Amino acid sequence: MMAKTKKSKKGYIQRISGPVVEGRDLEGARLYDVVKVGKEGLIGEIIKIVSGTYVIQVYEDTTGLQPGEPVESTGEPLSVELGPGLLKNIYDGIQRPLAFIEKESGAFIKRGITVSPLDRKIKWEFKPKMKKGDKVKVGDILGTVQETDLVEHKIISPYEGKLDDLKKGKFTIDEVIGNVSSEGKKHELYLTQKWVVRKPRMYIEKFPPTIPLVTGQRIIDTFSPIAKGGTACIPGPFGSGKTVTQQSLAKYSDTQIVVYIGCGERGNEMTDVLTEFPELVDPNSGKPLMERTVLIANTSNMPVAAREASVYTGITIAEYYRDQGYDVALMADSTSRWAEAMREIGGRLEEMPGEEGYPAYLARRLAEFYERAGRVRCLGSDERYGSVTIIGAVSPPGGDISEPVSQNTLRVTKVFLALDSSLAQRRHFPAINWLKSYSLYLESLEDWYAENVSSDFPKLRSEAMALLQKEAELQEIVQLVGPDALPEKEQAILLVTKMLREDFLQQNAYSDVDARASLEKQYNMLKTIMNFHNKTMSSIDLGAQLKRIKEMDAVVKIGRMKEISNENVKEFGRLNSDMGAEFDSLLKK
Amino acid sequence: MKEYKTINEIAGPLVFVQGVSGVSYNEMVDITLSNGERRRGQVLDVSDKVAVVQVFGATSGIDPKGSSVRFLGETMTIGLSPDMLGRIFDGLGRPRDKGPQIIAKEKVDVNGLPINPFSREPPEDFIQTGVSTIDAMNTLVRGQKLPIFSASGLPHNQLAVQIARQAKVRKEGESFAVVFAAVGITHEEASYFMRDFEKTGALENAVLFLNLADDPSVERLITPRLALSTAEYLAYEQGMHVLVIITDMTNYCEALREISSARQEVPGRRGYPGYMYTDLSTIYERAGRIKGSTGTVTQFPILTMPGDDKTHPIPDLTGYITEGQIILSRDIHRKGIYPPVDVLPSLSRLMNSGIGPEKTREDHKGVSDQLYAGYAGGRDLRALSAVVGEEALTEVDRKYLKFADAFEDRFVRQGQYEDRSIEQTLDLAWELLSMIPEAELKRVKREYIEKYGKRFRKD
Repeated sequence: MMAKTKKSKKGYIQRISGPVVEGRDLEGARLYDVVKVGKEGLIGEIIKIVSGTYVIQVYEDTTGLQPGEPVESTGEPLSVELGPGLLKNIYDGIQRPLAFIEKESGAFIKRGITVSPLDRKIKWEFKPKMKKGDKVKVGDILGTVQETDLVEHKIISPYEGKLDDLKKGKFTIDEVIGNVSSEGKKHELYLTQKWVVRKPRMYIEKFPPTIPLVTGQRIIDTFSPIAKGGTACIPGPFGSGKTVTQQSLAKYSDTQIVVYIGCGERGNEMTDVLTEFPELVDPNSGKPLMERTVLIANTSNMPVAAREASVYTGITIAEYYRDQGYDVALMADSTSRWAEAMREIGGRLEEMPGEEGYPAYLARRLAEFYERAGRVRCLGSDERYGSVTIIGAVSPPGGDISEPVSQNTLRVTKVFLALDSSLAQRRHFPAINWLKSYSLYLESLEDWYAENVSSDFPKLRSEAMALLQKEAELQEIVQLVGPDALPEKEQAILLVTKMLREDFLQQNAYSDVDARASLEKQYNMLKTIMNFHNKTMSSIDLGAQLKRIKEMDAVVKIGRMKEISNENVKEFGRLNSDMGAEFDSLLKK
Repeated sequence: MKEYKTINEIAGPLVFVQGVSGVSYNEMVDITLSNGERRRGQVLDVSDKVAVVQVFGATSGIDPKGSSVRFLGETMTIGLSPDMLGRIFDGLGRPRDKGPQIIAKEKVDVNGLPINPFSREPPEDFIQTGVSTIDAMNTLVRGQKLPIFSASGLPHNQLAVQIARQAKVRKEGESFAVVFAAVGITHEEASYFMRDFEKTGALENAVLFLNLADDPSVERLITPRLALSTAEYLAYEQGMHVLVIITDMTNYCEALREISSARQEVPGRRGYPGYMYTDLSTIYERAGRIKGSTGTVTQFPILTMPGDDKTHPIPDLTGYITEGQIILSRDIHRKGIYPPVDVLPSLSRLMNSGIGPEKTREDHKGVSDQLYAGYAGGRDLRALSAVVGEEALTEVDRKYLKFADAFEDRFVRQGQYEDRSIEQTLDLAWELLSMIPEAELKRVKREYIEKYGKRFRKD
């Protein structure tokens, strides 16, 4: 649906209070219309209308504005421009490319800059897939553009009707590529379309998630898997590794598109992503990861109203690629800052606050956002499936997740990755607590794992988890009486769970070999440890000493198993047979 | 110039002026009292009828009838010049050292502008502070913002001065400056800083802004911004590497809360305003490196955690913005160890990009990880041995216990004037690690044990 352009109205400013400005005489302007505020034409959005007063949230610093300056409605709600050129770009919260802002105003962001979201000069090679005279439905693929080496951008028809013309060749996004007529009306076709950010894009049907998002992170893929089209949240105090986890997911997930929203976070972190992603290579294609990534950076010191919008901008772009039939992962870091932006604006509007000063509609907004995730059948006559997976970081004050943002997020998300600062302090990374985390997708993904990894994978997982659970109980006893007071077998469990923790769950995001573990490697690692466990238990039954088992070569080898690369999983076979032989010779003695 | 005599309400630091026109949001205001005294203020909220002015300084003595209000038509600015080096200013930027006025080469808005994330360069140059716990385990990098989380009664000022004195980048011919902002600290503390800066000759390359405890609290919102505007000028215009020390951010946040409650805003956690995160970020995010500029701004804010509580909103929100934190511990302080840095909860997020071959030394990362693991293990065992007794521990465990003690006593402890180079620090680490059996050193590569550790080992 295209937003219709109406005749713009001019009014004037009545009051300024921080990012909130009150305008008058804007008759005809509608709620959520974008307005230009003041002489500099700062961008804002109407968020409330009370008896002739139009309350506007301004996306830029309002210093220097005066009552009486003009306000003008553009007659359009806040929208994003969707088309080739989105990938590899870095935007602020309202889809202004930061590279263009740099050209206009240097290293510091000045106000009142209007720049086009997409490069209007690039000529894209358009290859039509339909032809003149074809009947076209909303969502049909008109043709394709090779956007980056990794991604073929599909141009989707926003109209229904008869295709009067569809050209082939090189076009800029402002050139007409064809015409559609329906019921006597003619529509021009472009490589781009606009979409209102606060409105979810349409699809035919949503499906329950049955395919995992393979992230290469052992703690996630094995113990708390995320599904394609699912939702996950990562709450944790500062310094527990939220951002590193989010970035690992952005790097190693097996999706075709990544939308990364830096929402109210550190500037240097975005720089980190910007310098690192072009150097990182997609394991499947050998191309830089940046080729499949859209970045949205509204750092903490950038205007707060644009921070509120950044999440919507990101999800709309994600949905657009989903509609092309891609699997998209959206990382939002951090949704707490987004909620705080709502709180700040709510406060300026003198709204009645809910819990901890957050607006009463916080829960609804969060739920609406996560509800935009999903695996869907896209619009269009061909059968095409796409998904948006949302992974949101939450930054609870003091690390206490009883606060409203965490609680309302937990109610709508299906995977909970509990970051734990005590793990981070011990330099156990990723600092995700294996006992507190959960995934509600475990069951619905079980079949997939059994079919695609190994039939005994779900069983191994639950056995390993049971051991880790047992460890927590044993540790309590150890705290009281010391480890030597435990029976041999329980001490053996502690040895095995130490392996699970240190040699399986710990994963070094900075190591080339270890940063991404294929499912096959994960399975083999887990299988090896559980194999060791079973052998240890039966050997103790047959009279072997735990002390001797601890001294075995296999223990050292398991400790180094992370260093086996994804391509060399065969080595695990030898590791296991060596281990078997070692146990045998131990028992002979 | 517009002048009004229409004050109709005074509430705390806020003055309401009626019937104004042509007033801009955030512009500066001069208020002349009936006795001729003058006050400064800033427009907080303006409509076509009323302007709300936040007054810097006390509102006592302002009377609605006799006082007149002038709107200056510009925002809070500061005049900048390289001559500011070696000078001392008050919390609003007026000379405090009896020296001449600064002739401004450039005038900028103190609030600055956000750095475009696209224009930033990732920080990656090692700053040697000469303090082992920081250099080895929580490395400071140019362009980083790394706060000290302290508590009342701990020697954070001494540590700040030591860092200001010793901090250097190990490259030749680069100019280095310190901008120091005192926010609501006492006369005694301020004179400690000034004396030390003068005594060690650090003042030559320093600019000091002092807002003292008896100065108006609203000024505290301005002081750090003056310091950062100066720092940005020295860094991006003059090409210097600037270290900004702000103490004490807790006083800043108290002032923010005071103003917020006077404005009758909806309070957030513990009465602090809901926008405190955003407000703090407009200070902390002014650290960094930008493309095409030789200079950098590194921030070293100091705050005292109320009630030693890390989850209090001030340290909490700070920790979410800054790139790590250095935490001082009362327990270590009680043992008489200076600087009482507790390395376990401390963190420098940018450490990995600032260390390694050519920057520090190839074994740095492994040594640091090993120290963490060893000390954390020793501390856990301390708790355990308190319950079951030292005799119940294994021999290896007892070695860890000894290591933890030696680590605190020799590695953490150092003199206020002891400037350790990174090589000295790492060698000291190897010496201490020799107390732990070699097989336990899993975090360092074998070859580094051979190359750097062997000569300290007795086994």
